[in-house]
Parts: sequence; C-alpha cells; structure tokens
Amino acid sequence: MANTTQQPPENAGVTTAAIESTGPEPKGLAIPGRKQLVGDKLYQLGVLLSLVILCVIMSFLSPRFLTLDNLTNVAAQAAVSAIISIGMFLAILTAGIDLSVGSVLALSAMMMGIASDRWGFGPYTSIAICLGTGAGLGLINGLLLTKLRLPHPFISTLGMQKMARGIALVVTAAAPISMFPDQVQYLGSASVGGMPVSFLLVGVLYIGMWLFLTRTSTGRHIYAVGGNKEAARLSGIKVDRILNLVYTISGLTAALAGLVLAGRVNAVYPLAGLDYETDAIAAVIIGGASFFGGVGSIGNTIIGVLLIAVLRNGLNLLNVDSAYQTFAIGAVIVIAVAIDVLRQNVLKSGR
Amino acid sequence: MTDTLLMKVEGLTKRFPGVLALDDVNLDIARGEVHAICGENGAGKSTLIKMLTGAYRPDEGTIAFEGEVCPALSPRKAMDIGIACIYQELNLIPHLSVAENIFLGREIFRSKAFDILDRKTMNTKAAELLADLDLHIRPEARLGTLGVGHQQMVEICRAVWADAKLIIMDEPTSSLSEKEAKDLFRIIARVKSRGVSVLFISHRLDEVRANCDRVTIMRDGKSVSTFAMKDSSIDDIIQLMVGRNIQNKYPKEVANRGDVILDVQGLTRKGVVNNVSFQLHAGEVLGFAGLVGAGRTETMRLVTGADPSDAGKIKVFGKDTTIRSPEDSIKAGIAFLTESRKEQGLVLIQSVEFNATLVKLGDFSKFGVLSLGRARDEAMKVVNGLRLKAAGLATPVGKLSGGNQQKVVIAKWLMSKAKIFIFDEPTRGIDVGAKVEVYRLINELVAKGAGVIIVCSEMEEVMGMADRILVMHEGRITGELSREEATQEKIMYAASGMEIRPAKAG
Repeated sequence: MANTTQQPPENAGVTTAAIESTGPEPKGLAIPGRKQLVGDKLYQLGVLLSLVILCVIMSFLSPRFLTLDNLTNVAAQAAVSAIISIGMFLAILTAGIDLSVGSVLALSAMMMGIASDRWGFGPYTSIAICLGTGAGLGLINGLLLTKLRLPHPFISTLGMQKMARGIALVVTAAAPISMFPDQVQYLGSASVGGMPVSFLLVGVLYIGMWLFLTRTSTGRHIYAVGGNKEAARLSGIKVDRILNLVYTISGLTAALAGLVLAGRVNAVYPLAGLDYETDAIAAVIIGGASFFGGVGSIGNTIIGVLLIAVLRNGLNLLNVDSAYQTFAIGAVIVIAVAIDVLRQNVLKSGR
Repeated sequence: MTDTLLMKVEGLTKRFPGVLALDDVNLDIARGEVHAICGENGAGKSTLIKMLTGAYRPDEGTIAFEGEVCPALSPRKAMDIGIACIYQELNLIPHLSVAENIFLGREIFRSKAFDILDRKTMNTKAAELLADLDLHIRPEARLGTLGVGHQQMVEICRAVWADAKLIIMDEPTSSLSEKEAKDLFRIIARVKSRGVSVLFISHRLDEVRANCDRVTIMRDGKSVSTFAMKDSSIDDIIQLMVGRNIQNKYPKEVANRGDVILDVQGLTRKGVVNNVSFQLHAGEVLGFAGLVGAGRTETMRLVTGADPSDAGKIKVFGKDTTIRSPEDSIKAGIAFLTESRKEQGLVLIQSVEFNATLVKLGDFSKFGVLSLGRARDEAMKVVNGLRLKAAGLATPVGKLSGGNQQKVVIAKWLMSKAKIFIFDEPTRGIDVGAKVEVYRLINELVAKGAGVIIVCSEMEEVMGMADRILVMHEGRITGELSREEATQEKIMYAASGMEIRPAKAG
C-alpha cells in the first residue's frame, strides 16, 4: 500500500502554540486499583521518558524541530490522531479492535460535504450529519459483533473499512469537496487566545473520557468486559450493550476527527484518513493498553499519540525517505506489543 | 483370561504443591484383560492416567510395560510402546474421513519422498479393520457426520491400527446412549479377543460390573484394593470407594427452616439437564452431590440464567420469575458463585474494590456518576467483615491467594444483597483455614434467613454442611437424602445412577 502519509496540503494558517500545550493531560491517569502494578507504572514512565528523549534528540538533530511553526504543525496533526485514538483505545480495552476508523472518518466527512455542498444544509445540520454517520457506522460495527456474532471485531471492522471507503469513493465519484462555512471549519482551524481549538478539543475529550471511564458505572463496566467478559456477564453486566456502545463511540470519534481534518484543510476527500487506524493502534498500544483487554489508561494513550507524531515529524524534518518512516513506525509497534506480551507474562507468573 | 503380565505399576507417588495426589499406587494389568478403576472424585484416577500416558512424571515408583521399566515416559514414548488413551473429548478431526482419521500421523504413502498418500490402500485397510471390529462404518465417511459413539469407535480403531497393547478409556460411556454404550462394550470385547488390554475408568458401576474382568479401587490417592469382578458386588465396590474417614471438621449449625424461597420445576436443557425439580427453603443449606459431569453446575447455570434453558419454571419467593440472563437472576435476588473464580468470577487485573462493587455499581451512582467514596466505604465494610487479608482495597485480585479470591467473590455477592446464594464448589483450591471460614459464612447466611445451595464434589463436605442432599446422575436427580439419613454409600449409589427416594416421597 502506498504510504506517503496522505497529508493534504497543509493549511498553514494555524497559529501559535508550544508543544507543551498539547498535553493538557494530567500525567498517570491510572484507574484506581492498578496502582500496585509497579511494572505498569515503570512502563508508563518509560513511554513518557521516551517521548522526552525523542524530543531532545530531535531538537539537536534538526534546528527546525523546536520552532513554533513546526510544533504547531505536529500538534495539529496529532489532534486528528488523538481523537481517533480515543475510540481505538475503547475498542482495544474490550479486547477488540476497530480497523474501520480511517474509512469512517472519510465517509462521515464526505457526507458532511455532500450535505453542505449539494443538499444545501446549514453548517450545524451538516456537522450533525457527519457525527451521525460516524456513530451509525460504529453502531453497525458493534451489531456485527454482538448480533451477527462475527468471530472477532477484526473481521467486522475490516469489512466496514472496505465498505465505508468504497461508499466514500462512490458518493462523489472520487472528487473532493471544498469551501466550507466557518462554523464547519471552526474546530479544525480556529484558535482561541492563541491556542488552536483542536488542541482544546483534544484536552476536553481526553479529560471527559477519563472521567467517563473512572467515574461512571458504564465506564467501569467497559473495563470489566475487557478484563473478563464471562465474569462481567455473570455479574449482570449487559456485555452486548457495552460493546455496541464502545464501537459507536469509536465511530463517533472517527467522525469528529474527520470534522477537525476537514476544517484544517478546508476540504473533504474520499481518501482522507487512509491508514490512520495503524497509527491509532500503535498509539494505544504504546500507551500501555493491552491487546488482551481490560488494561490501560486513556491518559497514556495521548502520550503514545504524541510519540508517534513527533517520530513522524522528526523523520520528515531529517528528510528520511517515507519508506524508512513506515519501517520505523512498524518497528515501534512490534516493540510495544512485544513489551505488552512480556508484561502479561510477568503478571501471570506473579500469581 | 490370560495370566501374562502386560503392565506393572509399583509404588507410584505424585506430589503437587500442598497435595499428595498419588500415594504408593500399585496396579497390574494382564494381557487381554479389561481392568476397571473406580474411585470418588479426587481419588487420583486422572492423575494416574496422566502418569501412565507420560503426561506427568512420577515422583516415586515405577511403571513396567511388557517387563521393561520405563523411567522416562513421555506422551510420545507411551504411544510408541503401545499405550493409547481415549479421552472424554475425542482427539479426532471432524473434517477428515474415517480412514484419514484412523491413519492420522501413521499414513501409508505411495511416495514418501513426495508426500503422496496412498488413499486407496488406506481406505481398504480401514475397511478391513472396521469389518474386523464388526463396525458398520464407511471408511470414506466424513468423521463429523458420525455420532459420538461411532467417533469413539473410530478412535479405538486408530489405537488398534497403531498397535496399541493397552487402551486406556477415560469415562468413555459418559456421553453415549445406552445402545451406543452396548456397542462400545461389544467392540471392547473384540479388541480384547485380539489380546489388547483395556483400562477402563467409569462412574457407572453397573457397567463396570458387567464388562470388566478386574477392578482396582482408588481412594485418597491410594490403590486400596484389586479384585476379580466375579467375586464382588456393587456394594463391595462402593464400600471400598468411600471408606470410613469422616471426622467432624465442619462447623455446621442448623438454622430455622422457613418458607420455600426458590422453587424449580422441570428445568431442562437438552442433553445436559433433564427435568430437574427442587425447592430451597429460607434458612436451609441444600447440597447437590454427584460425580463430576452429573449436570449439577449446568443446573445452576440454568437457574441463574447463565445458559438458556429449554423448559422449566422458576418461582422465587413464591413469584413466577422469568430468568433469561444473569441480570434477571441478580434482580430476583439470586447470587451465583461460580466454580472457576478466575475464569468466571473475577476480573483478575482489577482491584479488590473494583471486583467487590461490580454487581451493584449502579447503586453507587447518581445519574450515572459514581460516588467512588461511598462505593469504597461499602466495599471496605464487607471486606473487613470477611476478614479478608489483602494488602488493601486497591490490590489486584490476581495477586491474592485462592482463599482470599473466594472471599472477594463472596464480598461481591454480599454487596448485591442477594437472598439466595448458590455456591459451586465453594472450597475448591483454598486452604483448610479458609475453608472453615467459608463454612462459617454459610452458617451466618442461613442464620440470617438466606437460602444456600452448595454444589460440591467432595462427599464429606456435602454431608458436613448440607441440611438436605440432592444427588444427580447424568442430568437427573436420582436421590434425595436428609442430613440424618445421608451416608456416603447412599450418595454413591444414587450418584452411580441408582434411584434413592425418601420413603415420604416429594
């Protein structure tokens, strides 16, 4: 697959902000009860440390790294990935995966474009159509898993990935749509007090998701379903409803990311979000979530997102061939998953 | 009966951490003999089989096969010297043909170098073999299309083709109909006439009596006695199986018996649970005894909605209640403490508090927002009441001992405010001290007017703790005994499929 990181021409109109401001996350948002897992804590610290070290190295290697323009650019790119990663985190938390996020992003954004451009809907209705499309596609992912009983979300979301992409290409005969009203562009391109709105949005979403996961019974049920589905079911938790909710949220966050992306480049195009799922999966796993489910903290996912964004940006600045970039991201994923397996084994033998 | 010795096992001993699984076991098997092994749950039968097939290494003792001592038996080695084992779950591949299954791993090649199979020869050979054992199965038939009984016979054919001299069968008839079982014994007789020995493990004593030459009784990891079947009765076997070693290690307190709080009528799940009816009173401990696989756990899973039932009515506190899912059963006030804590009871990576509050998390939230402090306080109260020796509420339960894990499960269900507690193997895998605490807790529960069902495979435990005992065999209730009239012999009788009903009749 071509991997030139389908970045549309950058809309350089985004304003000032330092990289620090993209991380409004309180560090170490571990859910209660896992505090004892010293190994996990060390791992999380390790990821944070890796991010810091990477930033230091990059600033030595490239004088352009520590410029406001560049950091803003990194953060803007990270915003889209960060929002997608929220849904991906939930899917992986329930021992699943959502391979359809990139395509759902594209189709949701295309629907918004069509609603606004062809059907003449107002900006808010168009935005609602965008988010509704994403949530609807996500719900279908969930139902394929819980009602049709497809063996693993890998299958259902892979199918959705292809179907959504196909439809996205069909609806406009593969043509992009551009020129959106300001309201639509707001999330992706506006800034408040010098801070891009997309950063603020990421902050609000992550804090909101953290509260949801730790302070509501539904949030805890998600952890329970991921940690032990059968125990959760026998404890009276409606496992199917939880899974449907998780995939619906994942579709919704993908659509929201589509809205941000559309605002940033002031265009929607059917190949938007191609391969975005890979980065999201990598970010979530690097952030310490486990493919075995039930483990992970949303606060660490953002660190994973930033790590990958900085890595990509740094390699770009150093003029590293995109083929090597692809290789580097792949290697990081393998290392992160290998560490995950090691941690699981340590956990098991500790019993 | 021939008198040439095929296998001699002497002084076999196996220790697991904290348990002496086999203790000086002796066994000899003659060529062409059908030899039975009988014993209660946990008597050491499966451990013995695992030693004979090389899955476990003995700590002490020897296994001699055809006069040669085999010090380092491995599964592969056991197969090579002629020991085959047919487990309850068959080891065949349903998509392949009967012939392909028989020859699996020992194929006949047309060209070995090019890995080309000689299907024709294999089919003819398989047909010969099947005919020889008097089996009417087409070698080309796909295995999956056959019934369980026939599949088992294919597995026997496979063992015979592999030149097995000893075929070990672990509960081969448990999943067979009566007719299929009859066929199986016909095949066993055939195999026997070819000089092959069969080691037969079964809970169906009448079957053992009718089809085996000799029997070895196991109890508490020891081989208690071996004798010829024709000199003995089923009563003799049962007597030896149960022994007489009940001490009073159960702190049983009888509570006041109240109204019926759970009334189950005609509960059925095809092939698993067959028309089971029983009643549980407030203040009563109702024990479910029976051998492993008798359908006790399955019955409880139907009662609590963990599995769907095909038929049956359930009344809780006198009201007709439809239980389709675990939620329904929790709402009705039934708690189900499953047999496998790790797989079905706990989220191991989560904390004591997380697990304890799991069932009734909704009670601690307002408009979906949790009051973490209140949940923690409640959990603390319950956990302290159980004298749970954990580092704290935040400790992941995966790090706790079996006894403490069980306490977390109990805490979870105490917090659910249930009135009916179903304990499936409540003391499995926990140490003696913790066991007594669990028994005390059961006493407390019934003293407060709750009803408790305990499913236990240890007969002593059922007799020690239950006010009334129901015995199950192959999905049916075959006996009902009061605390006073229960003896191990009577339970064993009913557990082996012979009906025992109290004179009063229910």
